[in-house]
Amino acid sequence: MTGTLRYNSHPEYAMNKTLHALRLILAAALATLSLAAQAQLSIEITGAGAARFPVVVPIFENESALPRGVSDIVKADLERSGLFNLVDIGPLALPESRVPDLNDLRSRGADAALAASVIPQPDGRYEIRFRLFDTQKQQEIGGQVLRMAPAQNRLTAHRIADFIYEKLTGLPGYFSTRIAYVVKSGTRYELQIADADGANPQAALVSREPIISPAWSPDGQRLAYVSFEQKKPIIYVHTLATGQRQVVANFKGSNSAPTWSPDGQQLAVVLTKDGLSQLYVLSADGSGVRRLATSSGIDTEPAWAPDGQWIYFTSDRGGSPQIYRIPTGGGSAQRVTFEGTYNVTPRPSADGRLLAFITRNNGRFQVAVQDLTTRQTTILTDSTRDESPSFAPNGRMILYASESGGRGILAAVSSDGRVKQRLSVQAADVREPAWGPAQKQ
Amino acid sequence: MKQLVLPALLAALLAACSSPGGPEQTGAKVEDRAGSGSGVATVTAPSVSGSGIAALTDPNNILSKRSVFFDFDSFVIKAEAKPLVEAHARFLVQNPQMRILIQGNTDERGSREYNLALGQKRADAVKQALQLLGAKEGQIESVSLGEEKPRCTESSDACFAQNRRSDILYSGEF
Repeated sequence: MTGTLRYNSHPEYAMNKTLHALRLILAAALATLSLAAQAQLSIEITGAGAARFPVVVPIFENESALPRGVSDIVKADLERSGLFNLVDIGPLALPESRVPDLNDLRSRGADAALAASVIPQPDGRYEIRFRLFDTQKQQEIGGQVLRMAPAQNRLTAHRIADFIYEKLTGLPGYFSTRIAYVVKSGTRYELQIADADGANPQAALVSREPIISPAWSPDGQRLAYVSFEQKKPIIYVHTLATGQRQVVANFKGSNSAPTWSPDGQQLAVVLTKDGLSQLYVLSADGSGVRRLATSSGIDTEPAWAPDGQWIYFTSDRGGSPQIYRIPTGGGSAQRVTFEGTYNVTPRPSADGRLLAFITRNNGRFQVAVQDLTTRQTTILTDSTRDESPSFAPNGRMILYASESGGRGILAAVSSDGRVKQRLSVQAADVREPAWGPAQKQ
Repeated sequence: MKQLVLPALLAALLAACSSPGGPEQTGAKVEDRAGSGSGVATVTAPSVSGSGIAALTDPNNILSKRSVFFDFDSFVIKAEAKPLVEAHARFLVQNPQMRILIQGNTDERGSREYNLALGQKRADAVKQALQLLGAKEGQIESVSLGEEKPRCTESSDACFAQNRRSDILYSGEF
């Protein structure tokens, strides 16, 4: 081992090893307990990127002053992305006030390192100061000061992880986003909202009848979804913070597949009021319904392109279900998928470059992605029952529903197919995931 | 503000009308979202249940048979279902005040929303047959439950066949 780190005398390092181990065990036990209590989604990483960026995220200076830690959550976020390799330097803090020994950190294999400190404030809050360093170029990459209440440890950690992710990959992070999904236990259906890491799950709607097709409004404040509580599919818009619900489409027949326009003003939906399942557009308050397209088959699963110009959808007008797109103002539809006899559930990425969808491949339903510029299609999964793909706001990961051991689970795959994760809730069926938009800072 | 409160009130009223045990809790309760900026309030959806006329539930009466089954990828009513469809059509003609809801269903393979659209075709097939036999359009609403309400939950062909069906519900049952 070459070089000695400069902070040997730091109190964290000097801490009795037994005590430290005890604290870790306690923390692990507490984490397990809260997991069981909340039926939280647990995440298992089943594949990782080829070249992972080596980075040091140490325990924060004075982190033990916090009732609930931050650095472990930052590490878990980065680890889960599959893009980072967390280089362990033990229970050693790198204070934000000093430039760490970058040569030593580099010799330990780290290309970047975080230095972070916790400073208690007189009002009971905490200041988290952090700076990120490049050990190769021997320079600071950037830093921030965040203030948090003790209970905001997770949000703060996700923000720090987002910062590191963005500085090191050039893409915005997605750790402080939320996801929506439906949990079925027996005859009980819950529409749940959780942090992107599955933590902090909360039920937005509890029902004895199915709930499907949750769709986030672009501002992340509302969800549109289909509920069967009146024995038929009806579309609601639900404001999460208040629980206010509004029926936006309850026409004679079925009302389903809501999707938001990029400006949050309109919804594209599927109605059967005039016969077969067809596409309509209405205002987000349910007024002003107009028909978008007319076909002699089924048209469903609309999804607005982020530029607002096109609506992607599934149609069997050509004999088998395929993906098409149509101008938002109406016009003639263009076919998008050509390979295979079952391509459904189109979901574009926020930058409009990629289209995720479900394809049937030798009788198995799998997540595929099409590069909308080159038209090249890649199948990303090797499972058999995939459904409902949705992109993380940065387009890097795709969340989808799958099946394992006869139960519905959620899984995620990177848009290059390399990173794979599985999220599950014990003893429940999980389905219909939807990744929320980027959080406004 | 009035606009926002109205749906919650309506939902509460609907629940009060339909469940004799009194309305389920529908009020919006605001919780603080620990650790993050915005909260999520939990809402319980009202549920409906009710029963119809004696003849509709008497097991000796064909009107208590409510399911029409379909072949794989098919939306055609089979010959074996004809007596059932004819009996319901007769009942609707004789009781023009009666309303029905036809729920189409599919097996679980494939996209939920696409299956919802396929289930609609099964409901519409029964609706059209009833109308041909004299029932009025205004008496019938055809909807789809897609793959959401399977009668049988195993992944076998026998089970899938049970789930490819349309169910008839009378006023008071929906």
